[in-house]
Amino acid sequence: MRNASQTIVHSAEPGRKKTLGQLISRDRHLMLMFLPVFLFYIVFCYLPMVGIVMGFENFRMGSGFSGLFNSEWVGLKWFKQFFDSVFAWRLIRNTFLLSFYSLIFGFPIPIIFAIAITQMRARRFAKVAQVITYLPYFISTVVVVGMMTNFLSPSNGIVNQLIVKMGGKPISFMSNPAWFRRLYVISGSWQSFGFNSIIFVAAIMGIDPSLYEAMEVDGASRWQQIVHLILPMISETIILLLIMTLGNLLNVGFEKVYLMYSPAVYETGDVISTYVYRQGIENHNYGYASAVGLFYSAVGFVFVMASNYLSRRVTGSSLW
Amino acid sequence: MSVKAIKAKPHSFRSESASDKALDIVVWILVLFAAAVTLYPFLYVVSVAFSDGGAVARGEVFLLPHFSSSSLDAFGMVTKYKQLWTSYGNTFLYTILGTIANVVFTCLGAYPLSKRSFFLRRPLNFFVVFTMYFSGGLIPTYMVVTGIGLYNSRLAMILPVLVSTYNMMICRSAMSSVPQDLFENASLEGASEFYMMLHIAVPLIKPTLAVLTLYYAVARYNDFFNAMLYLGDTSLQPLQMFLRRVLILSSSEILQQAGTAGAAAAAQNTLKIRYVCIVLAAIPIFCITPFVQKYLVAGTMLGAVKG
Repeated sequence: MRNASQTIVHSAEPGRKKTLGQLISRDRHLMLMFLPVFLFYIVFCYLPMVGIVMGFENFRMGSGFSGLFNSEWVGLKWFKQFFDSVFAWRLIRNTFLLSFYSLIFGFPIPIIFAIAITQMRARRFAKVAQVITYLPYFISTVVVVGMMTNFLSPSNGIVNQLIVKMGGKPISFMSNPAWFRRLYVISGSWQSFGFNSIIFVAAIMGIDPSLYEAMEVDGASRWQQIVHLILPMISETIILLLIMTLGNLLNVGFEKVYLMYSPAVYETGDVISTYVYRQGIENHNYGYASAVGLFYSAVGFVFVMASNYLSRRVTGSSLW
Repeated sequence: MSVKAIKAKPHSFRSESASDKALDIVVWILVLFAAAVTLYPFLYVVSVAFSDGGAVARGEVFLLPHFSSSSLDAFGMVTKYKQLWTSYGNTFLYTILGTIANVVFTCLGAYPLSKRSFFLRRPLNFFVVFTMYFSGGLIPTYMVVTGIGLYNSRLAMILPVLVSTYNMMICRSAMSSVPQDLFENASLEGASEFYMMLHIAVPLIKPTLAVLTLYYAVARYNDFFNAMLYLGDTSLQPLQMFLRRVLILSSSEILQQAGTAGAAAAAQNTLKIRYVCIVLAAIPIFCITPFVQKYLVAGTMLGAVKG
């Protein structure tokens, strides 16, 4: 928010202070311009926030949006029901572990790949390899999960065909709870490592070449350059991205889990957002689902605030 | 960071040592492995889609296609299936209209937020940014969208995702880095805010807008979530819903309409049909992505560095 201090200077017009009416009349075009976006935020972001009260009500669908104000108030009933249920711990654990493993395994790979790409002497090939590794990032989740499902199919998937050829028994990967997290993390990493490496490649390319030369004069090998020059130089980028990732730690992709999971793997695969979907949209327990969703939003809020605070402390700049 | 910078070679004039050679080898292995792991699934999918059905059923296709006279059977069945073209058409409609709406409203929102003299700038910035921290959640949002009559309406693919706050913040940053005297001079000459946005701000942030357009277009093309929630009518559903039925829910609708319901034909073509669908769905993405590479690099930097 570098501009914040300048704002005050700029908006203080020379001479007298303007009245509100004058300001409105001066900026009416800007206000008109912003109006559609304003309405969008009101309807699709702030109105749902009002809808949070459903989490404290015995809300029924037939009553429509006005039902918000005349449904029976049940206080914290839904929250109690959730935390007393066997699902609460399982959902929180699954949500956290999916993110945590994605972070542990997914975060270092783009950094390693970026270093490898920038160390390549065959520049043309390095560039081609980079473009190739971006591609999966733009493929839809449906296609990625669809490919995974078919590759791993016990009847005609290529992976099980290979297992059988080598004398093994086919494995039902997609309906085995032990495999859910691994598949989620591996496919996520496969899809995003190339794209996520872009920023590290840029950071490494931004290092002043004279620093390499200075190290070479001192007789440092290229391995030593990686450890003592490149890594320290991109450490700020690494920390910044790590903090941003932490802010979204519980933001597990609903879509991917929803497309991947089945009742057979709920034990490890069911996360808070998919549970909210099933309870609310499929079973019509709107009050209960809203309450669980509110809990989820509140935890997410804490994580983003914490990550923003950390970012400000560590790097001097917050995300927004 | 431009493409040129990637070409720069910082270590070209050192004497070679054994450890440097070893590094070269490690680097080659890593990069080749990464490229192979990325490409192989796609190559395999294409090979199966266009191989002899018998070879696929016997599990003989691993890398390259085994062509035969029946190679194109599955392709024929898929392309003759009407529902595919309906959903393809829907996807293109949502992608084109959605992306246009996204970019237009992102600019309309970002411009006032970037104007330092705008007296509502700070409260409105807070109003927008707050939604990145907190949301009402899935159920209340679902209630609102269905409550205003968007269920089974094509607008459900556009309105609830009209602007992405993150992208609008990127656009705002880019616009606020435009020299403010340009606006001051123009407004002294009587230019309106709309005119200034269109003729000063937008042309000067074209590279940023190119990246945002790409992000939006890919998001609209791949949007499955809104379709699943709000479009129950198959004639309105986009390609991603169709793909889910065929690829993940193992729907045999294409085989059935092709009329070759024999067990042998089914065995030979089930997998091929699915992989043909993947190929058809991925073609537009694969055609566009390599050409926007230079913008991508700039775009990721924008998102992470500016703020």
